[in-house]
Amino acid sequence: MFAFILSRILQALPVMFTVALISFAMFAYVGDPVAIMLGQDYTQAQRDALVAELGLDQPFWVQFATFVVNAAQGEFGLSYRLSRPVAELIAERAPATLELAFTAAGIALLVGVPMGVYTGLYRNSWLSRFFLTFSLVGVSLPTFLIGILLILVFAVWLGWLPSFGRGDTVRIGFWTTGFLTVSGLKALILPAITLGLFQLTLIMRLVRAEMLEVLRTDYIKFARARGLPNRVVHFGHALKNTLVPVITMVGLQLGAIIAFAIVTETVFQWPGMGLLFIQSVGAADIPVMSAYLLLIALVFVTINLIVDLLYYAVDPRLRIGRGKGGH
Amino acid sequence: MAAAIRRFLDSDLWWSFTRSPVTVLSAIVAAMCILGAAFAPWIAPHNPFDLASLNLIDAFKPPAWHEDGAREFLLGTDNQGRDMLSAIMYGARVSLLVGISATAFATLLGVTLGLLAGYVGGTLDSLLMRICDIQLTFPSILVALLVDGVVRAILPREVHAEIALFVVIFAIGISEWPKFARTVRGSTLVERNKEYVQAARVIGVPRARIMVSHVLPNVMGPVLVVATLNLGLAILAEATLSFLGVGVPPTQPSLGTLIRIGNDFLFSGEWWITIFPGLALIAMVLSVNLLGDWLRDALNPKLR
Repeated sequence: MFAFILSRILQALPVMFTVALISFAMFAYVGDPVAIMLGQDYTQAQRDALVAELGLDQPFWVQFATFVVNAAQGEFGLSYRLSRPVAELIAERAPATLELAFTAAGIALLVGVPMGVYTGLYRNSWLSRFFLTFSLVGVSLPTFLIGILLILVFAVWLGWLPSFGRGDTVRIGFWTTGFLTVSGLKALILPAITLGLFQLTLIMRLVRAEMLEVLRTDYIKFARARGLPNRVVHFGHALKNTLVPVITMVGLQLGAIIAFAIVTETVFQWPGMGLLFIQSVGAADIPVMSAYLLLIALVFVTINLIVDLLYYAVDPRLRIGRGKGGH
Repeated sequence: MAAAIRRFLDSDLWWSFTRSPVTVLSAIVAAMCILGAAFAPWIAPHNPFDLASLNLIDAFKPPAWHEDGAREFLLGTDNQGRDMLSAIMYGARVSLLVGISATAFATLLGVTLGLLAGYVGGTLDSLLMRICDIQLTFPSILVALLVDGVVRAILPREVHAEIALFVVIFAIGISEWPKFARTVRGSTLVERNKEYVQAARVIGVPRARIMVSHVLPNVMGPVLVVATLNLGLAILAEATLSFLGVGVPPTQPSLGTLIRIGNDFLFSGEWWITIFPGLALIAMVLSVNLLGDWLRDALNPKLR
């Protein structure tokens, strides 16, 4: 177990190193931070002073080492666009994105799994066909268009829900939450559905495919032959065995949810990290971009690690006879 | 030629095509999208880029079936009095162009690197596959955004505006090559140990020649499927980038740009400026995806 975790962490290190290198290369070579920070008029002396202050006159590897040490401490310098510490900006925005992402993932799971089970069990009912068609449309619809359609129907035409922002938030320590106010919850509904819809269809299709596969196996036939009630066979035997791939995919998709939050946050003007990132891309604000890149890489690597560990915990076959096959 | 056509009409592929009404319908929709886009300058009712023909009096006209609509503007007009139908046809042109070029670029890059990785093997293989792994850790839209952002920061504003279209194609292509490389590498590993490759090696055919004229044709089947499915994704990626305001330049609006422009007018009730380009995008992507799905199933002998 310990060796397994260690080997996984060792595998994750080169990924983090590469991403850090790319993110630093962006930081160091893209654009001219000095010119951006000084504005229109400056003297050569002012320029030299700033270059020395930022450490830009040091050799590449020294700068890279400084960058990594600083990054490990959450220190990413100042945003070109807002002239504020990047770490502070991201910390301020992270709660909004995380609340949105987890709500979306929750919706996708709570709705997607039952739909998948249903379509797997009753393959030919008209409701299953409807769900399947709906899922195909869900896959083909771009996220931003889903958001626009929801805004048009529920905010513009019906006027039930707000179309932008987070509503009122409550501050608990460093964390601002929208879960505790009515307007915060109302503001969360549309963005969370928009973000979760794609994952919902994916989960539904996966659970359906796995159910179809599992229902054909001998032990299900045997369970039926023993006269077990359908409920026990379907949920106790069949669904349980479909959950391993589902857990994996939900874990991996959590990363995709955070990435697609960029789009959703733009549509709904949700004040999260994604909106910060896209505004930074538009303004070529490299410190924010590279910090975001590193942060996302860290999140992804961590999620991959957790998923691997879950696999290990859920599937007993992995604990013995490892070494052959697999990845 | 006639014999070739007859052979095609006799094939399993054609048979499964005619047996699936959904596939036939999506082929028709896809053909309409492609034809409408390709021949837009000749068949579009107006030229949306001809500033002289635009009249601000025509601005914000609802669709023709609406009581305030005008007959000459079937799908209404935008804030500058541009005919939406024509704008959509020209926009679909840009969307398709970027989607096809990006997919072609990703295919070229992925197939070349995948073939090399699979056939040459060794250090090159592990290096390329590590790069694939690292890149596949991130969703492709994030990679495309990042590439676009970096290029935007490197190039001066005027230069970027001029080649923005190529930047988008490059960014989307770069973000999607690993899928192709993996597919091709997998099939190449199978093919390279088959007898015909060994025979070619024995009679002294050069390595590059074996790769290109012996192995390549035999690994292209799966690539075709991946490319078709990828075309839909590439079109969506372009629309997403353009919607976020970092895609194609506003002088050449794609469907994504049109949706972004229309989004500003959603709250004042002019829904058609956003919704019609959106529907066109859905029709295009859905039909391409359905065709890809069908192709994957039809070419997979296990499912017959």
